[in-house]
Amino acid sequence: MSFTLPNGKKILQAISFEVHRGEILILLGRSGSGKTTALKLINGLLELSGGELRVDGRPTADWDPIELRRGIGYAIQEVGLLPHYTVARNVALVPTIQNWPKEKVSARVEDLLRLVGLNSEIASRYPHQLSGGQRQRVGVARALAADPPILLMDEPFGALDPLTRADLQREFLSLQKQLGKTVLFVTHDLHEALRLGTRIALLEDGRLVSLTSKDEFLTSSEPLVKKYAEAFGTYEPQREKP
Amino acid sequence: MNFWNFVTENRLEIATLTLEHLWIVGVSTLLAIAVGIPLGILITRKPALHKPVIAIANIMQTIPSLALFGFLLPAPWIGERAGRLAILALTLYALLPIIRNTYVGITGVDRAIIDAARGMGLTDWQLLQKVELPLAASVILAGIRVALVISIGLATIAAAIGAGGLGELIFRGLAMVNNSVILAGAIPAAVLALLADTILGQLEKRFAPQRTQA
Repeated sequence: MSFTLPNGKKILQAISFEVHRGEILILLGRSGSGKTTALKLINGLLELSGGELRVDGRPTADWDPIELRRGIGYAIQEVGLLPHYTVARNVALVPTIQNWPKEKVSARVEDLLRLVGLNSEIASRYPHQLSGGQRQRVGVARALAADPPILLMDEPFGALDPLTRADLQREFLSLQKQLGKTVLFVTHDLHEALRLGTRIALLEDGRLVSLTSKDEFLTSSEPLVKKYAEAFGTYEPQREKP
Repeated sequence: MNFWNFVTENRLEIATLTLEHLWIVGVSTLLAIAVGIPLGILITRKPALHKPVIAIANIMQTIPSLALFGFLLPAPWIGERAGRLAILALTLYALLPIIRNTYVGITGVDRAIIDAARGMGLTDWQLLQKVELPLAASVILAGIRVALVISIGLATIAAAIGAGGLGELIFRGLAMVNNSVILAGAIPAAVLALLADTILGQLEKRFAPQRTQA
């Protein structure tokens, strides 16, 4: 999977990178650096203004956008759960619109809730009756529902308290080991990037500043990366050992 | 003749006129819903149409009702029967609140919810039907409620062109300078309006969206 995307509005300028199958590629950067835009280009919520973007070797322009999106799981920060749907119906959203048979859908929902560590009792609750952590878990379960090979995650753990976030990150890692999805993960938190990422792409002002493995990231000589690494160093003492 | 005597003696006529009133209001509101909701949806999809559509609906509302009845009189088919004329005029009046609330309700749905739903691969139609309309339902109902209450009041004027309804008693009472007759038309009309307001208010509450996410 590879793509290039120079953008007329200069939200993203001539960015080019490739995501390997089964890796977690982190898009790291400040707010406004174009991380979210990159994700929305991939699932076609925004249109490319130039360049080319390939999913499975096929340019996105050739994909039917609906079919493309159904093959890509999408989880976002405010979760975007449908407030008028129960947890079960939210998780079942993609399988339902793909007309899976009813029994298969409910079995899938049960599996998924277990997979993301949720008690099946909450299946009949509404999103506003859940805690922030539970909502994020439901969001992840929903993204995984139709078993898409690719996951786009836009700060999915952003709005959580540090302890819940650490729990979810750990669970997400083990989940990823089990499922082997290709994941593009947006965050502004270097801590999270280092913990989850296979590789880290640093974006700044719509440009790709560096793309390295996470070990190389901390020793990079690129000035902006160094700044990040230094900022990170200041709270390194509190970092738990992996 | 006092009010209660008049009402008891003419209860059959009052009942008939009330039904007539309800018929005119009911049909015109249904027509306005059938036209207004799709129009409201259309202008969320084609933003260029938003201003002209709202402007036209706005102008309709500013035409004094008696004048509107007069304008429509020469129209073919419509003008032949006072009932049709009244229904058309009331439909035009009811359009604005329905179109506007449909638009406001749909555009007011949280962006993050829409993005997530589209990102999941919902088609435009599924998005409308599963996400936007249910979440906009209470706002749209509020528009229908306003339209309905306005129509019940305005429909009394339709009697001026012979369309019947409770306005007939009001106009008759005015001509006879008889308050009892006026009240026999005005009170049922007011009760209808209050009833419609309460019932739709309840519906609106039932469709109110769940508390938004923290």
